[in-house]
Amino acid sequence: MNLHVNGEPYAARPGETVLALVRNRTGRDLGPDGRPTDGGRLGIAVALDQAVVPRGAWATTELADGQRLDIVTAVQGG
Amino acid sequence: MSVTDQTTPTTTGPASGAPTPGTDRGADPLVLDGVAFDSRLIMGTGGATSLATLEKALVASGTRLTTVALRRFSPQTRDSIFGMLERLGIRALPNTAGCFTARDAILTAELGREALETDWVKLEVIADEDTRLPDPIELFEAAQTLIGRGFHVFAYTNDDPVLARRLEDIGVSAVMPGGAPIGTGLGVLNPHNIELIVARAGVPVVLDAGIGTASDATLAMELGCAAVLVASAITRAADAVAMAEAMRAAVVAGRLARRAGRIPRRDLALASSPDEGIVTGPHGTGA
Repeated sequence: MNLHVNGEPYAARPGETVLALVRNRTGRDLGPDGRPTDGGRLGIAVALDQAVVPRGAWATTELADGQRLDIVTAVQGG
Repeated sequence: MSVTDQTTPTTTGPASGAPTPGTDRGADPLVLDGVAFDSRLIMGTGGATSLATLEKALVASGTRLTTVALRRFSPQTRDSIFGMLERLGIRALPNTAGCFTARDAILTAELGREALETDWVKLEVIADEDTRLPDPIELFEAAQTLIGRGFHVFAYTNDDPVLARRLEDIGVSAVMPGGAPIGTGLGVLNPHNIELIVARAGVPVVLDAGIGTASDATLAMELGCAAVLVASAITRAADAVAMAEAMRAAVVAGRLARRAGRIPRRDLALASSPDEGIVTGPHGTGA
């Protein structure tokens, strides 16, 4: 399955979920609700083809061929 | 989507340091959308040379609310500003900086709501790269849509009293007129318009963009603004931490002066010393 993550080509494993991808990218251990298991906050949002996927749906959202996924976070800005 | 404001205390206190002496800041909080802040300086985080300098500047500014942008995550941003603001207890206000259309601004606002778990958004929809002035049409459309989706919109707008009113009419939580284009440091170019916006507004007016130095921030507060947003003037100053402290004092001074009530302007002098009892030489004796 080939898709784009943050503008870069990405080959997803069959059945790979948004949760698994975010966990992998951030290096944070996440529960099925998409929240860090250490009780902190993640500060991440995900958009799939220009629509936000709420963190509660990450565990049940599987990546699909041709998708454009964006993972964003807060950065310095006026 | 569950949206909460977990980070929102009723009143936020200073991260460190004592309140500026004689300012009675606790009695005159900035209230935005029902939330009280004990600083009227909102600091933007853009333009800082390093996170370490930014942190020192944020603390020196005394700010309780700061804007952040939403951008693609990279593993290098793991030590992020998000964690720093959580540690400092400064509330993050996500913005839609860099968006040229209502459509992009709405998506960015949605991402900010999800990432930072707040309904608040500083809505920026700019017209072009050179001026980065707000595009009134796109801004209005985006504000309307976002308010309909439950957002609390803090609208970065032009110094246009009519547009400010129209935005208030559709339910924005604050209007944020620019003093001058973003990053120019030209100050408050049209003080009359800012005063007019303040006089007619039922929501807080936050002077946003254009501040160059401390006196600009003081002027904005003297004109009646509820708060001032400063980013570049602090983060790009030769000594960002010192300028942050200057801005903190400037905003307090301007607010105090506004509440104190300035003297009216006059064309001719009005002596402050008594005219009676003055000792003069005999008239007409010559030298």
